[in-house]
Amino acid sequence: MQLHYSDDDLAFRDEVRAFLNASLQESVTEKVRLALPLEKTDYENWHAALHARGWLAPNWPKQFGGAQWTAVQRHIFEEECALANAPRVVPFGLTMLGPVLQKFGSPEQQSYWLPRILNGDDWWCQGYSEPGAGSDLAALATRAVRHGDHYVVNGQKTWTTLGQYANMIFCLVRTDSEVKAQEGISFLLIDMNTPGIEVKPIVLIDGSAEVNEVWFNDVQVPVENLVGEENKGWTYAKYLLTHERTNIAGVGFARAGLAAVKRLARSEYAGEKPLIESPLFAARLAEIEIDLMAMATTNLRILSRASAGQAPGIESSMLKVKGTVIRQSINDLMRRAVGPHAVPFISEVLEDSMQIPDAVRNGRVSMQYFNNRKLSIYGGSNEIQRQIIAKTAFGGGR
Amino acid sequence: MNFELTDEQRMLQDTLRRMLASSQGSAWQPLAEQGVFAALFSEQYGGLGGSGFDIAVVFEELGRAATIDPVLDSALLCGWLIAEVASETHSELLADIVSGEVQLAFAHTEPASRYALSHVETTIEQRAQQQVLNGQKSVVVNARCAGYLLVSARDEAADDRNCIALYLVPANCSGISMYYYEMSGGGQAAEVTFENVAVSSADCLSADALPAIESAVAAAVVAQCADTLGAMETVMSMTTDYLGTRQQFGRPLATFQALSHRVADMLIELEQARSAVILAAGHLDADPVTRDLHGSAAKNLVGRVGQLIAEESIQLHGGIGMTDEYQLGKYARRIIMADHRFGDIDYHLERFIELGKTPGDF
Ligand SMILES: Cc1cc2nc3c(=O)[nH]c(=O)nc-3n(C[C@H](O)[C@H](O)[C@H](O)COP(=O)(O)OP(=O)(O)OC[C@H]3O[C@@H](n4cnc5c(N)ncnc54)[C@H](O)[C@@H]3O)c2cc1C
Repeated sequence: MQLHYSDDDLAFRDEVRAFLNASLQESVTEKVRLALPLEKTDYENWHAALHARGWLAPNWPKQFGGAQWTAVQRHIFEEECALANAPRVVPFGLTMLGPVLQKFGSPEQQSYWLPRILNGDDWWCQGYSEPGAGSDLAALATRAVRHGDHYVVNGQKTWTTLGQYANMIFCLVRTDSEVKAQEGISFLLIDMNTPGIEVKPIVLIDGSAEVNEVWFNDVQVPVENLVGEENKGWTYAKYLLTHERTNIAGVGFARAGLAAVKRLARSEYAGEKPLIESPLFAARLAEIEIDLMAMATTNLRILSRASAGQAPGIESSMLKVKGTVIRQSINDLMRRAVGPHAVPFISEVLEDSMQIPDAVRNGRVSMQYFNNRKLSIYGGSNEIQRQIIAKTAFGGGR
Repeated sequence: MNFELTDEQRMLQDTLRRMLASSQGSAWQPLAEQGVFAALFSEQYGGLGGSGFDIAVVFEELGRAATIDPVLDSALLCGWLIAEVASETHSELLADIVSGEVQLAFAHTEPASRYALSHVETTIEQRAQQQVLNGQKSVVVNARCAGYLLVSARDEAADDRNCIALYLVPANCSGISMYYYEMSGGGQAAEVTFENVAVSSADCLSADALPAIESAVAAAVVAQCADTLGAMETVMSMTTDYLGTRQQFGRPLATFQALSHRVADMLIELEQARSAVILAAGHLDADPVTRDLHGSAAKNLVGRVGQLIAEESIQLHGGIGMTDEYQLGKYARRIIMADHRFGDIDYHLERFIELGKTPGDF
C-alpha cells in the first residue's frame, strides 16, 4: 500500500496548477464558482487555451492529438480544474464521440472530424434519448431510411444538452425495425444546419434552458456520416457509455462544492456564532466530508486498477451512484446554509442584471440544488446503475 | 378521541377544493368572497373559526392547488399579529383583512437574523418631533402588494433592550425602498430598506411584541406544514399516476419493485406528516411551550418528509420531472422552499430539544 501520489504525479500536479493559475480568467471562474450559466464563448475560450497547451483531450491517444495521460493524471487534472473553478470541458465531442470515432470510425472520418473537435470547429451534442426511450434506450424510434447516397431521418430526440450551441449532433437512429430492437440501430453524424431540423428549448425546474428537443423532418444525411456498420450502432453506443467514465465520480466537483459550503458556513451566522459552529450543521458537513474522503480513495483505487490495464466493471456504476448522491447532498447543504435567503428565484435571465443585492443572489444556490437533481437521472439513472451492480452481485455478469 | 373534521370544516374543505381546482392565476377574490379568510380568525376578531384545525383545513387545500396568493403571509400572519396586539385600536383594519379588502406584509426577518424571531437590528429613534425607522429587512413576502408593512424594530431608548416594538407603516412612506423578486416556491417578496422613515407614536402597535410575534408565527407554522401536506398529496398522486402509465422495457414503471417500494415508503411518511400536522394544529391554543414543542415537531418532520417526497418524485419521474412545464417542478419547489420559512428542520430540531428540557407533560 502506498496512499500518496508519486513524485511524478506531484510534479504533474504542480504543472497543472501553474497552468491553471496563468490561464484562467477571474470573470469566468467567478461565474463557475457562483454556478452562473456560461456563455458559449466562455467554453470556447477555455477549450482553445487547453488545446494550445495540448491538454484538451487527456484521454485521447497521442496519434490523434491527445495527451494520453494515465488515469491518475487525468484524475489529478480534473480535480485541480474543479478546485480552480475552471469551466467544465464540454464532453460530447471530446469524451463521447472522440473515442467512438477512434475505435469504429473510418480513417477519413477520423482525419476529418477529430481535428475539428480539438480546434473548436464543431460543437457536438448527444442525440440518444427520445420521449419514449429513456432508460430503455433501445426502444428509440427515430428512423433513418436509405435513399441512394443519403439517409432520410424522421423523428424526435429530447433532453439534448446544450443543443442550442451545437452545429453537429451524433444520433442513434433506427435503420431496421424488423429485427430485435438492439440490432436495428445505427450511429449517424448529423449537421444541425440541415433543412428539416428544429431545436426547441426545454426550460428546467430552475429556469435554466440547457436542454432541448431536436426534431427531424425528412432530414437528408450523407451516407458517409454513418459511423461503422449499419445496424451496429448499439455496440458503439454501449462502448461510449461504458468507456470514458473516469470522471464519473465527480470528486473534483464535490471537493470544490464542499469548499464552497464551508466558505458560506463561515460567513453565515446562526445567532452569535458562525453557522459552521452550529452542531447540527457541522455534523451534516462532517458526514459528507467523511463520505467524500472515502469515495475519493475508492475512485483512486479503481483508477489505479484501470491504469494497470483492467477494465472498470461495476465499479463505475458504484462511483456514479455514490458520487451523485454526495454531490446532491452538498447542494442540499448549500441551500440550508443560506437559510431564509434561499427563496429568491434567480433565473438565468435575471442574472444579467448586476444590481441584484447579495442576499438575493444567494437564491442561486437553490437553483443549483434543483438543477443537480439531474445528476441521479442522466448518464444512466441511479436505478439503472443499481440494476447493473445487483445483476453482477447475483452472478448475472455483464 | 375524534379525528373527524366538523361539518363546517368539511364543507369549507369541499368548497375550497372545488373552487381552487377550477381557478387559474390569483384566487384572492373568490377566496375573499367565499369568506375563507374568516375561517382563520375567531369570532372575537370578526372571524368564524380561528382554531388550528380551521387553519390546517384551509392551507392543506391551498397547498394541494399550489395557490400563489399570499394568504399565509398577509391574511394569516399579519392578521393574527394585528388581532393579538391591536384588535381594539385597529378594528377596521382587522375587518378589512378578514374580508380580504387589504393586504399586508410582515417586515421582520433581517439579513443576519436567520430564523431567530428575536434578532432585530432595525431601530426606532426619537428625533426632534418625530420617530424614525432605520434598518434592513429580508424576504418580506408580499411587499409589492401590501398597503401596509408591519415592521419590527428596537427602541434605542427603551429600558428593556429585549423588547421588540411593532409599527404599522404605509408601504409608500418616503424613505422605504424595495428590491422585489419572485420566490422559487411561488409568490413574491422583497428586500426592504428603511432610511429615516418618519412614523408617529400612533403607528406603534406594541412596544413589546415578541410574544405576539411568536404566537402569530406558531399559527404560520401550522399553516405552512398543512400547505406542504396538501402539496405532497398532489405530488404523490402525480407520481403514482405517472408510474402507472409510463412504459419502459415494455411495461409500466410501477411494475418495477425498486420503484413501487419507494412509493410505498413515501406514502408511509406522508401519513406521519399528516399526524404531525394534526398534533401541531390541535395544540395551537395550548400554552406557548406546548404549542411550540408541537409546532417544532411538525415543522421538522414535515420538512424531512417534504424533502423525501419532492426529491423522490422527481427521481421516479426521470427527465420529465425536471421540467418547468410539467407541474411537478412547481410543487417540488414549493415543498422544498417551505423548509426555508419560519425555521428549517435543523432550527426546529434544536428548538424541540430546548423546549423538551422544560418540565411538563406534553
Ligand atoms: C438535465 C438532463 C440532461 C440530459 N442530457 C442528455 C443528452 O445530452 N443527450 C441524451 O441523449 N440524453 C440526455 N438526457 C436524458 C437522460 O439520459 C434520461 O433522462 C435518462 O436516461 C432517463 O430516462 P427518462 O428521463 O426517460 O426516464 P425513465 O426511463 O422513464 O425513468 C423514470 C424512472 O424510472 C426508473 N427506471 C426506469 N427503468 C427502470 C428499471 N428497469 N428498474 C428500475 N427503475 C427504472 C428510472 O431510473 C427513473 O427513476 C438528459 C437528461 C436530463 C435530465
